Amino acid sequence: MTNSTSQSSMLQPLTHLVNLSQPLSLKEYIREGGYQGAKKALRELQPAEVLAIISDSNLKGRGGAGFPTGMKWSCVPMFEADDVNAPEHKYLVCNADEMEPGTFKDRMLMEGVPHQLVEAMIISAYTIGADKAYIFLRGEYHLSAKRLQQAIDEAYSENWLGKNIQGTNYQLDLYVHTSAGRYICGEETALINALEGKRAIPRAKPPFPQVSGLFGKPTVVNNVETFCNIPHIIKNGADWFKQLSPKSDAGTKIYAACGRVKTPGLWELPMGVTIRELLYGHAGGMADGLKLKGLLPGGASTDFLLPEHLDTPMDFDSIAKAGSRLGTGGLIVLDDQNCPVGMVLNLIRFFAQESCGWCTPCRDGTPWAVEILTRIENGQGQARDLDDLANLCDFMWLGKTHCALAPGAVEPLKSALKYFHDDFEQHIDKGCCPYSGSHSPSEIASNVAQACGGHAHG
Amino acid sequence: MQIIKTVTLDYRQYLTEKEISEIEHEVTIMETRESAGIEALKIVQSHRGWISDDSLNAIAQLLAISSAQLEGVATFYNLIYRQPVGRFVIHICDSISCHLNGYQKVLHAIKTHLGIDYGQTTEDGLFTLLSNVCLGGCDKAPVMMIGQQHYEYLTSEKAVAILNGLSQSTDGNSSGDFLDKAEVGATIDAKIVEVKND
Repeated sequence: MTNSTSQSSMLQPLTHLVNLSQPLSLKEYIREGGYQGAKKALRELQPAEVLAIISDSNLKGRGGAGFPTGMKWSCVPMFEADDVNAPEHKYLVCNADEMEPGTFKDRMLMEGVPHQLVEAMIISAYTIGADKAYIFLRGEYHLSAKRLQQAIDEAYSENWLGKNIQGTNYQLDLYVHTSAGRYICGEETALINALEGKRAIPRAKPPFPQVSGLFGKPTVVNNVETFCNIPHIIKNGADWFKQLSPKSDAGTKIYAACGRVKTPGLWELPMGVTIRELLYGHAGGMADGLKLKGLLPGGASTDFLLPEHLDTPMDFDSIAKAGSRLGTGGLIVLDDQNCPVGMVLNLIRFFAQESCGWCTPCRDGTPWAVEILTRIENGQGQARDLDDLANLCDFMWLGKTHCALAPGAVEPLKSALKYFHDDFEQHIDKGCCPYSGSHSPSEIASNVAQACGGHAHG
Repeated sequence: MQIIKTVTLDYRQYLTEKEISEIEHEVTIMETRESAGIEALKIVQSHRGWISDDSLNAIAQLLAISSAQLEGVATFYNLIYRQPVGRFVIHICDSISCHLNGYQKVLHAIKTHLGIDYGQTTEDGLFTLLSNVCLGGCDKAPVMMIGQQHYEYLTSEKAVAILNGLSQSTDGNSSGDFLDKAEVGATIDAKIVEVKND
């Protein structure tokens, strides 16, 4: 993705400058057209004008929820410079706590073109009137931390950060905060608690962070990829951004594919390419000898889709119509020789481990689901276990939990119960995992999985 | 009448000047002292390998928060070690892409090679084995992280070779970087106060 022709800069704005071995320095980034968006915003546009462009661009959050970015920003209270009611600070926070299993796009953006994120945060902070900004980075991304800090240091030395940025009267301080490993920090209010040095437990909403967030001050939290769109929208305009996507959604999306496909990876493509194009056109299709059984379209907390959904466009609305969520846009592909029950067990075990423990349905529900799924995978399941799992899906659904973690865990479980019902029943009827043959990796882990004698599947 | 022994630490005598100045730097970029908690824990851990009770108490004192509050934070996170760990902490990813790509075989090879299970440290003090949620290397699965290094496209053989390489790099000195810090810990001026509890 280091190709920097003008065409790719227009069609793949976020990734065409990505260089994972040696990211561009500030000077090189500027030579390639960087910081033009920031210059335009700070010198030529009022914050309200920047906001209008972002709202008009129809940019939606790329962190998983897909909330319109302009609408999120528009809820931040704005004040005249001499207003006595103005808060002492407003904050902008970048959610770089990328821990959704099967998601690795933000890492590429931070390691490959860190100045893009710095520029994006300058424009965004200017728009909401923030004077302090934090990049909340997951602790495992050591290289991202190093490269972002280098970019920030360069930006300070060239007056893109600090006081009187580029001769304007706008000032901004930007810091990297590295976390210490906890998925729930990706929830924006939990992230704010974590930044305040507290246990990262989500807050009740309202009040929304835009009104009362970090240290009780107006705060906007956006995902890395969402931010990285901002400089390009300001530089090239909202109409340009909208026409990047042939569908109702705007812009490009960094799609991913992982699992046992031929060439797993990341691709920046127009929002709304079909699953088929992504899986077979870019990821090379299934690895040799394997067939597609199902997939999660956008990370661990999305519903399974089936081969019959291959022609669904990967945009927010189309994936929702197919019964799942676009999420982070990263396909997790299940092949016909990996056990679907084992896969769901792995996913739910993740959510059980990462539950913050604040509300009962999640704290007790997710481990309960793990217990039942383990029993089924081990060949000790009973018929009523499937009813219990279905009930758990209901107990942990939206509106019954403190935040979206447990409902996110329910999505793959509920859809697996629907689409792979036969597999669950076979485990129970045969008293073993039919996939525990020579091909299945779960065989090794399983002092657990009781293999069906000689019934290697596939 | 029961005698409760409590230990009072003076953080200035426990933490090194370097640790204190690094933590104070983090304090300057936040609005409150408590918000530097997680960074402070990571700083001390980077110097000493893990967070002992004494370290925890000293950091809490430095940040002017209760030890209980800081303990709540410390135990919330996966990457803060509240028990002694080996010189190299192996974080093997057990999330979905690594699962689908057979990390189990790699894990089995590591466990067999080192003779330890999750949460255990080898007798020579070199390796501790832990699981880690998705490391963001899904297109290069299976992956693991040791220190700041991510290792990708793992096979059983490759993982064992990596461990052997690390093992040889230490020349049998398991305490390595943490040797001087152990001495720091030994110089604590701990004062024992007896509190009468009626």
